[in-house]
Amino acid sequence: MEHSLFNKYRTKLHETAQLAKRERAGYLFIAPFMLLFCVFTLAPVIISVFYSFTYYNILEPAHFIGWENYSRLILNDDVFLIALKNTLVYAAITGPIGYFMSFILAWLLCELGTALRSVLVFLFYIPSMSSSMYTIWAYFFSGDSYGLINSVLLEFGIINTPILWLQNSKYIMPIIILASLWMSLGTSFLTFVASLQAFDRTLLEAGAVDGVRNRFQELWYITLPSMRPQLLFTAVLSVAQAFSVSDIASNLAGMPSVDYAGHTIVTHLLDYGNIRFEMGYACAIATVLFILMISVNKLLTMFIRRIGK
Amino acid sequence: MKKLKIPHMSRQLNRSRALNVFIYIFLFLVACFMSFPMVFAVSNSLKPIEELFIFPPRIFVIHPTADNYLDLFDVISNSWVPFSRYLFNTVFITAAGTVGQVIFSSLAAYGMSKFKFPGAKFCFNLIVFSIMFTSTVTAIPSYIIISKLGWVDTYLPLIVPFFQSSLGLYLIKQFMDANVPDSLIEAAKIDGAPHFTIYLRIVMPLVKPAWLTLIILCVQNLWNSTGGVYIYSEELKPLTVALNQLATGAISRSGISAAVTVIMLIVPVGVFLASQSRVIETMATSGMKD
Repeated sequence: MEHSLFNKYRTKLHETAQLAKRERAGYLFIAPFMLLFCVFTLAPVIISVFYSFTYYNILEPAHFIGWENYSRLILNDDVFLIALKNTLVYAAITGPIGYFMSFILAWLLCELGTALRSVLVFLFYIPSMSSSMYTIWAYFFSGDSYGLINSVLLEFGIINTPILWLQNSKYIMPIIILASLWMSLGTSFLTFVASLQAFDRTLLEAGAVDGVRNRFQELWYITLPSMRPQLLFTAVLSVAQAFSVSDIASNLAGMPSVDYAGHTIVTHLLDYGNIRFEMGYACAIATVLFILMISVNKLLTMFIRRIGK
Repeated sequence: MKKLKIPHMSRQLNRSRALNVFIYIFLFLVACFMSFPMVFAVSNSLKPIEELFIFPPRIFVIHPTADNYLDLFDVISNSWVPFSRYLFNTVFITAAGTVGQVIFSSLAAYGMSKFKFPGAKFCFNLIVFSIMFTSTVTAIPSYIIISKLGWVDTYLPLIVPFFQSSLGLYLIKQFMDANVPDSLIEAAKIDGAPHFTIYLRIVMPLVKPAWLTLIILCVQNLWNSTGGVYIYSEELKPLTVALNQLATGAISRSGISAAVTVIMLIVPVGVFLASQSRVIETMATSGMKD
């Protein structure tokens, strides 16, 4: 009995070795990438978890302090809780809306002629073209009467004095969300456009024969189910993006923003990492964010896999 | 191959005309909203100084002038570090990063897509897992690693980490799985073609849309790279930083600032326009199914 089990493992091992030998060129092809991947993606994650249990300020060697960073984060850091709340609100709104907007627009575009479609894809994609395009929103919502929104509101007599949009904690988050939604037709949108273009139209024709009456039925019964892989992929991208919001917040609302209204987990992380050099604490924040992103993503992929089954 | 439009096909699918009109209007409005800031930036960059500060502010320019651009070149020519140096920095970072990313990810994608060696699945799953979080999570330890490597204040931290783009690898690998039939690779192997030749001559041309997409994404990222916490020396700073330093120098430079925005947009827009048409063209002709 034991002997045969041993034999089974031995033949298995032998087969694996044979396969590795036959396909060994594959290792050479992936080696350069995987090496860099280990250094710049895998190692940082591991290091981050490691330093999160230490006190480390770069100048002195790190020393182990156990769960202290985490307990401080959750029990003693009010600003972190504000940042967490802001990030969750931001992600809950921009994630789904941006995602559906990308899909719906790509879907509406796919029926147009090539030339018109190319022009529209280009126009829709403009905001994502440059990472600094959102600075224009700072101008729109500028607090003096030269700000575009203020001047329009003043002109129509809706307000009497200019509103300090980006200095008012009530307005900061909505403006950041608006600007992000405007920028949300990015990679996901391109993915949808490309995959809808490559979509096999004979499926739709077959559907028409089978009694699909309008394009909404087409979408629901034919297009969506066959696009599950792309839907999954873009959902993953959206989650990762939504939770790592920082540049847009700190550039529009400043850092720190008024009452921390535009403070997110990542700005909190950069505050401790790049400004205060409390690397251990920053790593604890990063680890929490990492766990948050991964678990939301796992939940979402589970959910999308269930759809239509 | 022209667009696959068979005359009676559109009759087969049920399309209502009213809805079509509605969709056109809707798309037009969205397009206006999306492109408004760029139109606004271009218009602002052409405004003379007195128009920039009129009340109420106007969207479109009344008396267009090239003054802002001329002023910009004037300021540029007086800058302490020769301006060509900033331009070189950005062009170099963008080109090196993009080329590296395409080469490294396509090599790895070929390895994972067409070789069934033990561990290939595991590596790919690791890559997919890493797409679930962004590099901001690892910003701090990455800094520690790069400083240990002695790369701070060089071009390297802005370029080399881009070579291992999980997203890039994923996109190319998925495209390869779908568009490069295994039988083609087998046939080439039987003909005695070495692996690298197969990769270069057969696989790469077939996955052109995938790496063109990668180029679009990569150029956008790198062209606006600011150097972040890694660059201190003035002569290594990228164009964005230099131009923004100039633009924020004084209030009278708000016109220049708009000109800067427009100039920095030229390259991403150009790359996007050039590759977009080719992506579509390649998509139409790469119809090889087994």
